[in-house]
Amino acid sequence: MPMTMTQKILADHAGLDSAAPGDLIEAKLDYVLGNDVTTPPAIKVFEKLGVKDVFDKDRVLLIQDHFTPNKDIKSAELNKTMRCFAREHEITHYYELGRKEMGIEHVILPDNGIVLPGDLVIGADSHTCTYGALGSFSTGVGSTDLACAMARGVTWFKVPEAIKINLTGRFKKYVTGKDLILSIIGMIGVDGALYKSLEFDGEGIKALSMDGRLTVCNMAIECGAKNGIFPVDNYTLKYISRTNPERFIKSDYKVYTADEDAEYSQMLDINLDDIDLTVALPHLPSNTRKASECKDLKIDQVVIGSCTNGRLEDIGAAATILKGLKVHKDVRCIVIPGSQKVYRQALDNGWLQDLDDAGCVISTPTCGPCLGGHMGVLAKGERCVSTTNRNFVGRMGDVESEVILSGVPVAASSAVLGRVGTPDEL
Amino acid sequence: MKVCGKVFKYGDNIDTDVIIPARHLTSADPEHLKEHCMEDIDKSFKDRVNSGDIMVAGKNFGCGSSREHAPVAIKASGISLVIASDFARIFYRNSINVGLPILECPGAADRINDGDEVEADFDTGVITDKTTGESFNSKPFPEFIKNIMANGGLVGYTGSQLND
Repeated sequence: MPMTMTQKILADHAGLDSAAPGDLIEAKLDYVLGNDVTTPPAIKVFEKLGVKDVFDKDRVLLIQDHFTPNKDIKSAELNKTMRCFAREHEITHYYELGRKEMGIEHVILPDNGIVLPGDLVIGADSHTCTYGALGSFSTGVGSTDLACAMARGVTWFKVPEAIKINLTGRFKKYVTGKDLILSIIGMIGVDGALYKSLEFDGEGIKALSMDGRLTVCNMAIECGAKNGIFPVDNYTLKYISRTNPERFIKSDYKVYTADEDAEYSQMLDINLDDIDLTVALPHLPSNTRKASECKDLKIDQVVIGSCTNGRLEDIGAAATILKGLKVHKDVRCIVIPGSQKVYRQALDNGWLQDLDDAGCVISTPTCGPCLGGHMGVLAKGERCVSTTNRNFVGRMGDVESEVILSGVPVAASSAVLGRVGTPDEL
Repeated sequence: MKVCGKVFKYGDNIDTDVIIPARHLTSADPEHLKEHCMEDIDKSFKDRVNSGDIMVAGKNFGCGSSREHAPVAIKASGISLVIASDFARIFYRNSINVGLPILECPGAADRINDGDEVEADFDTGVITDKTTGESFNSKPFPEFIKNIMANGGLVGYTGSQLND
């Protein structure tokens, strides 16, 4: 039976020859992920299950990133619960803040060479779908599923249908993966891919760097998708040769390719030349406009960071645009490198100096303001251009605050202009 | 099993950030979560809701974050059932796991009004709007899902299966 990439990965991990859309399967998991918000309730469930040990201490990943460094006493308690559990079960991939492996979960898992092509990953965080950029299957679940998966290393799935997105052409200057995924969400809506896979293909994928592909897959959830996935190509191989040279040399990963006659419920052709610098206005990621059409929108804050756009390429793009310029007098520009490694590399490259000179505040890696946690929460009536992933009511603070989603070039330009703007205006 | 209650009606794309804002996620205690359920779009919800009441909404209910705190908050508020045109997939899965009954029924989601008295039968999938007299058919739960609901969620169900 012809299969998509996702169907092949699921079938293989379930020990089946094939898997068709709608099939319910039980599959072995390569990695199981939790964070400081979702792991504490999962630990409660884990204890209720009465299980002694996690299924594999190297394959349960516990990352503190949402409210860290602890924003208040309650979040400190959450982290303490997770830390104690991680120590008790000798979890390999639990790190303290400031360590070179540390950062936002979806930035560090690919960048530390943990997730590789062909892996099957679930995480109690909706943006777990990020790792599809590496040709793996990954999706978000809740805390009960996390607990059961920590115990057994398996979970059940309904095999999804797929939408194929065929990319051609090249991006115009300053246009990135963020503009592409915002445009797709704008086209199909926040439920346009509900329960389905988004499978990217076509010669246009060459226009997307690995960081760009991670951004695209990260936001697959914002159109309801179960996962987003890219084929493995030379870019992927080059990336994993850097992130995990040991396993790369041994070819210790698996490349899955979609069958040519695989069935898709929908085909979407996108010419990257047609994608403009894009923003999503409040209060849905599908409420997209050309950035150039929103220049009358004044702003109070800019956030550059998150699991969507906190990677090295993103911080570099921000520094390149802001170098020698000044953040507008009425704007706070908060730059949050997504991991300690990104932070250090940006420091070594002189980028943090450029950003500091421009008047940005540079934060330790954290999810922080993206979900209205800390490090940049908005007051009533304030408006923020943000490279994060959601602009729901109250997402970054007061219910009467507004978040406009964009890629890094628009965010950095807007910081200088004091309103929504584009790099050609600087 | 039947439930009956007054309807709280909401629109499309009700996201997990409005069901339970992230600022309240520093505790997963249901008693704490219910105090803040829906507060960003319906401040008076927590004071008006009574045990057994029913939530009705449009499409893509529960979109956004994977936080299980969202169905837990709704359940702790006393809501006995959520009816929507369809649900975001992580929310759907989480609801079953924590034992919050949910039914997909576009007809009911469209026609039922805020404040109506609605009855739903989990065995037949029939939803009846007692205020207007209209009734709607949804797909009834399979046996194992009914058992999960009856045991208050996946953990209770797993325990009951292990003890059998």
